[in-house]
Amino acid sequence: MSLTFTATLAERGFDVAFELAPGETLAVLGPNGAGKSTLLTLLAGLLAPSMGRAELDGTVLFDVGADRRTLVEPRHRGVSLLAQEALLFPHLTALENVAFGPRSRGVDRTAARATALSWLDRVGAADLAGRRPGRLSGGQAQRVAIARALAADPSLLLLDEPLSALDVTVAPAIRTLLRDVLVDRSAIIVTHDPLDAFLLADSVLILDGGRVVESGATAVVLTRPVTSFGAHLAGLNLVTGLRTAEGFRSEEGWVLPLADTAPEGTSLALAVRPGRVTVSRSAVTAPGTACIAAEVDDVEHRGDLVRLHAGGMAADVAPSDVVALGIVPGSRMFLGFRHEDASIYPL
Amino acid sequence: MRLEAAPLDAARLPRWVVAVAVVGSLFVVLPVVAMALRVDWPDFVPLVTSESAAAALLLSLRTSLTATALCVLFGVPMALVLARTSFRGQRLLRSLVLLPLVLPPVVGGLALLYTFGRRGLLGSSLSALGIEIAFTTTAVVLSQAFVALPFLVLSLEGALRTVGTRYEAVGATLGAGRWTVLRRITLPLVLPALVSGAVLSFARALGEFGATLTFAGSLQGTTRTLPLEVYLQRETDPDAAVALSFILVLVAIAVVGVAHRVRPLGDLAPPRAPSREAARA
Amino acid sequence: MYLTPALRRTAALAGAAVVLALTACGTADPDAAAGGDAVDGSITVFAAASLTAPFTELAGQFEEAYPGAEVTLNFAGSSDLATQISEGAPADVFASADARTMVKVGALLDGDPVGIATNTLQLAVPPDNPAGITSLVDAAKPGVKTVVCARQVPCGAAAAKLEEAAGVDLTPVSEESSVTDVLGKVTSGEADAGLVYRTDVRAAGDAVRGIDVPAAAGARTTYPIAALAGSGDAGTAREFVEFASGPLGQSVLGAAGFGAP
Repeated sequence: MSLTFTATLAERGFDVAFELAPGETLAVLGPNGAGKSTLLTLLAGLLAPSMGRAELDGTVLFDVGADRRTLVEPRHRGVSLLAQEALLFPHLTALENVAFGPRSRGVDRTAARATALSWLDRVGAADLAGRRPGRLSGGQAQRVAIARALAADPSLLLLDEPLSALDVTVAPAIRTLLRDVLVDRSAIIVTHDPLDAFLLADSVLILDGGRVVESGATAVVLTRPVTSFGAHLAGLNLVTGLRTAEGFRSEEGWVLPLADTAPEGTSLALAVRPGRVTVSRSAVTAPGTACIAAEVDDVEHRGDLVRLHAGGMAADVAPSDVVALGIVPGSRMFLGFRHEDASIYPL
Repeated sequence: MRLEAAPLDAARLPRWVVAVAVVGSLFVVLPVVAMALRVDWPDFVPLVTSESAAAALLLSLRTSLTATALCVLFGVPMALVLARTSFRGQRLLRSLVLLPLVLPPVVGGLALLYTFGRRGLLGSSLSALGIEIAFTTTAVVLSQAFVALPFLVLSLEGALRTVGTRYEAVGATLGAGRWTVLRRITLPLVLPALVSGAVLSFARALGEFGATLTFAGSLQGTTRTLPLEVYLQRETDPDAAVALSFILVLVAIAVVGVAHRVRPLGDLAPPRAPSREAARA
Repeated sequence: MYLTPALRRTAALAGAAVVLALTACGTADPDAAAGGDAVDGSITVFAAASLTAPFTELAGQFEEAYPGAEVTLNFAGSSDLATQISEGAPADVFASADARTMVKVGALLDGDPVGIATNTLQLAVPPDNPAGITSLVDAAKPGVKTVVCARQVPCGAAAAKLEEAAGVDLTPVSEESSVTDVLGKVTSGEADAGLVYRTDVRAAGDAVRGIDVPAAAGARTTYPIAALAGSGDAGTAREFVEFASGPLGQSVLGAAGFGAP
């Protein structure tokens, strides 16, 4: 393992343990206050756990227990932190910012500048070398910040919502850049955007209330969530139910025929994208289609679609359909989806 | 055409607020004008370049600069400790450090006397070592540093708190040691506040009177600073006193100007306003 | 005689008042008050700081002698008081520590200034006299920290006169702006010796020891007093001047260590 981490922080109700394979990128997801940033600050050495132990490449980062208290200073951890805001030192040029890490590690000025310049080039910001942060856009600043974090040659890179403060027009380019530089690099990225997890991370850790609620390979966790929170993050409808003789029987009582041979009584989960759920005024009984009657709880705008919540499911429909069908909270509708759009897996 | 909200101008304030503000401003400005009117302008240059005036001016500049250097030397670590650490009694310590700010200067002088005077707390030991502070220029510098120090500490501590520790944390994770973080991040970030704090300290040192009078004495070229010279000249030569006072006023105006000019640079909010040509990454 | 030409001119102009003041001198009878005005008003007396103790007592006796009269006292350095009077401070009587200061307000006086007391300088040393000073010559020795008043203030002018009279050249470590500051440096032990007035030494009690300087007698300072022309109650003001220069005033001043004028 590249990183092993176990820590509790009593006053914040934080109790998390996980491991990270060498070269792996881990996405940490969770709602506000879940402990995502706490995890990063513990690793960076800006916060001490009340108990726990972390090792990076065989070196102890912290080891705190009843009878021991080892806390390695941040600068000796080989951990770089990239925050939401670029936090470039405002009094230094982009180049000096990037050269800061190497200089701090004792590299001479010329060599540090050469390193910095090559990193700026790598992030596509070589032409900004002489600029002060005050004259950089948000995206430019974040590029320089990425170069700065990497120029310090960290064994572990921590990213705290690196895209969330960026303009939507800029974020994709930076995401692509991160995807590029995170290859074969041990990194932990805190994010609230499942897309970041999909595109950047090999595995996912979902925190809630300071605890790990789900973890595993990104593809598994985000396509087959087992908690409603995981499903929410993954943007999926999650319906729990049981394997019965007819197939999948949801807790609400509707049934979906199943081909597989899981034993009866097994707890199952069904996941389906809201975009794949159709809404109609009458029951659709076409073969290969599931249809559920439900009362509309809520209607919300989401970009160019309208998301309605009914019977524990979400469905994305076009605004014109909302008008045509007369969908308002309280109206009874039929939600339908094709069997092949749902994935059913054991819990 | 862009519509912008018009800034709230004075006309929208209740009139009496403006009226009171005018009276308040006059209260501050009029005495300065009155003094300028009293200055014997034709003789101004001879008055302020007389031997005793020149000696006082030179001494004041020398001692104030030294006192400012002392303030920076001790004030920076004090501000750092107050802003970046927490310990029992910190609030109390902060109040005590700021005490000279509100203490009547004569009281400060007495306190210094009982500390560094011949029979004082430290003075008696210093005296035994052959170090005499009373009646020396050192005493003037000590008096000035004593009253000026809080200005530097106050202004710097505020700036340190405003800047926060985020940049320092980034520096530490990039591998910088404590000294490097302090030297290359913390201090440059608060440099504007340090400069304006030092300028204010210098101004306060230049104007120091009470503590100097009580503690240091008054001898031309050694301890008689500009304010003491003004105080003395007033006895026999009010014209010279007014002319010298006006010099102090001019220095004060210059200092306040510099301090205000430096301040805006101290706005260290993270760069949130990208330049227009750099809108896209 | 300490009167300057300017004062003499003022005195000549106000001659009548002087004569009246002189004839009324020594009487404490309200009916015989100067100019026949009633002595029952409120007056403000500006007096040199060194007169604090005797004038406080004097004011009390004056109020006793003239029921209805009220005296408000304001003590400060003579030069400060003169400046305040020049700038229009509402003073009725001014008692200064030297003639030179009285000249500054010469144009504002109501009548000729009258000398009410003299003072002589004395060497003040800390009670334990660490430098072993017994004379002015000792105070002038190198290494001895002697403090005097600056020449710009009355006590400094007196000190300069004394140095000349004694043929001693002091090299003071500090030239203070007031007697109080000189005395303060001696009582705190910072200075080995200070030249102050005999009355200051007496008022300081046990805090300092006074050492007589023989030449001091030749360098006496005279304290003049005068009513001010702008007084709202000229009668009471003139009567207070008389009272202070009269036998009662003299005995109070004498008790405080002042010499006769």
